[in-house]
Amino acid sequence: MARRTLVGWAFLAPLVAYLLLCYGYPLLTTIDLSVRDYTVRTFVHGGAPVVGLANYTAVFADPVFRTALLNTLVFTAASLVFQYTTGLALAVFFSRHFRLSATLRALFLVPWLLPLIVSASTWAWMFNSEAGVVNAALAWFGLDAVHWLTSPDWALVSVIAANVWIGIPFNLVVLYSGLRNIPAEVHEASALDGASAWQSFRHVTFPMLRPVSAVTLLLGLVYTLKVFDLVWIMTRGGPGGASTTLATWSYELGFGSMLPRFGPSAAVGNVLILLAVVAGLVYVRVQRHQEAS
Amino acid sequence: MTRPPFSRRLTLALVAAGLCLTACSSAGDAGGDPAGPFAVWDPYPQFDGTSEWVKVIERCGAEAGVRVERQAYDTSDLTNKVLLAAQQGVAPNVLVVDNPVVSTLAEGGVLKANEDVGLDASAASPNLLAAGEVAGKAYGVPIGANTLALYYNKAVLAQAGVDPASLTDWASLDAALAKVVAAGKKGITFSAIGTEEGSFQFLPWFWGAGAELTDLASPRAVAAVELWKSWLDRRYAPNSVIGNTQTTSWQEFATGEYAFAENGTWQLGNAGELGFEYGVIPIPSRDGGVAPAPTGGEFVTVPVQGSADREATAAKIAGCLTGADTVLATDTALTYVSAIGSVREQQVAAKPELAVWVDAVQAAKGRTGDGLGTRYPRISQPLWTAVQEVLTGSKPASGALADAQRAAASAK
Repeated sequence: MARRTLVGWAFLAPLVAYLLLCYGYPLLTTIDLSVRDYTVRTFVHGGAPVVGLANYTAVFADPVFRTALLNTLVFTAASLVFQYTTGLALAVFFSRHFRLSATLRALFLVPWLLPLIVSASTWAWMFNSEAGVVNAALAWFGLDAVHWLTSPDWALVSVIAANVWIGIPFNLVVLYSGLRNIPAEVHEASALDGASAWQSFRHVTFPMLRPVSAVTLLLGLVYTLKVFDLVWIMTRGGPGGASTTLATWSYELGFGSMLPRFGPSAAVGNVLILLAVVAGLVYVRVQRHQEAS
Repeated sequence: MTRPPFSRRLTLALVAAGLCLTACSSAGDAGGDPAGPFAVWDPYPQFDGTSEWVKVIERCGAEAGVRVERQAYDTSDLTNKVLLAAQQGVAPNVLVVDNPVVSTLAEGGVLKANEDVGLDASAASPNLLAAGEVAGKAYGVPIGANTLALYYNKAVLAQAGVDPASLTDWASLDAALAKVVAAGKKGITFSAIGTEEGSFQFLPWFWGAGAELTDLASPRAVAAVELWKSWLDRRYAPNSVIGNTQTTSWQEFATGEYAFAENGTWQLGNAGELGFEYGVIPIPSRDGGVAPAPTGGEFVTVPVQGSADREATAAKIAGCLTGADTVLATDTALTYVSAIGSVREQQVAAKPELAVWVDAVQAAKGRTGDGLGTRYPRISQPLWTAVQEVLTGSKPASGALADAQRAAASAK
């Protein structure tokens, strides 16, 4: 018996060690960082005093916090809405088989395959006020140039547009496979009952896709909340903080200047984690509710 | 089946994790090993093992009678790497690091003061050395310096009828920009991005107006931001400068459309490949004369390593790397202006077009100088934010700079 238990533990040990080392330890360290007043000296030599929630109150009191939180919420919500609706429309479109549909669908995956630095830099080029192709196209239609990345009114819109483009393939793939799992009979039945295409989608496809949609949106939410590289490459959170999100702000505090502020940086990072956890809990609750009903 | 109590299971798991932790942390000791080779870290990943720089390091190690191991990092990565290494007690023995970081590392107790390890910095120019002074002690020796100046496109200026020699103050520069734009060309490109690069590029105008980093809201500071703003308003400068890095700004200049570009010594290599003739003038100050530009370039420093012997040997290597007879090759490879007067003379003798850069470096100021030290990053961030707010039109110059001064003053 004891031997069997030991063997069981031996199998479990790698997983436990992995979880502790790669998730538990960093999480605890971040929490520890966020409740201490670190200077460069105390970071190197130890002995940073515990200041409780002072870093958090400082972060919340900072005027940047409101902007960053609002931008994060707008960025996430807008990205999800457009990624999901476009992804769903494309999934429905591709679920009717036609010639070349597989090839076209594969083409839609390109954004997913490109390294993010490539796509973000390309978007930054396209949105360039002077030499960008977007403004060139606007000029062709006789419209005025827009300062996509260098105007506080447009910077956030531009990074959202790029992020939507990057997120569409993920939504397309997951929703497409969700659609494939809906039995053909229900569509046949609704057709026999005289449902129009829209009615069939509205009352059959969409409700049956709900669990897949929920997973897609939740994963999308977690991915989008923490998007950093795209914003950093395209705008550095600027101009003047107009596209700062919690993720870029956390980076800016910790690594953006020559004098790192690890405490506040970790505090912002933890707020971000908390947001993701809350979203996850809401999802679990909604799913339980659905299963119960 | 009996199951062991939870505490035992937990202990087992923790032991497993602990074993793994010690296994990981024992790897990768750099400078901590008292008998090991001397670790030299630098931010020059462009130089590989066959380069002159690496040969210089090896020669200096051999002169000090030790084996050296060189490791190159990306410059933006190096500060964090060093901080982490120092925290783990595995800092390198010799560290080549960007000059504004020196005061941060010195205050953090990561570096040894020159006088404590016998590192001689007396050959280096005082205006360059100032960036590494903290509380009256000097840390490290500058390996060379780069700074900013104005590159100009000869054909564009000729077409607009502008004589570059006439550009000695802001008014003459403004007039030149007006002529260039009237001639259908583009005026000037620079980098006003919301990072340290933006402050770096703004400082020649800020200092050139007579403003000081201790008072961001002074009328002189306002004049400097308003100069940039007026260029955007009058379309002398493209709106893209707000997001430009110094690299993207250079790419704009490379199109051949622009009359001027504010950029650094490090572009001299690329400048040869522009495909059009270029010239360089120092950045003019508001009322005439050369504006003080911020110094760029690295310091060779000796980190704390717990053994006076090793620190003394490291200081020998650092002294050798920055010595007059070795540094010429290094500065030539880096396209830096030497920190040593006699070497600068050799550089200009070999390449007369460097004279303008030598002037610029001699007029230059360290960002962390004037006793600012680690206060500089706290000032620089509000400053670049204010510049961006003004250029995008979100705030008027006086308001943005007043806010910046408040933020800089309240930061610890």
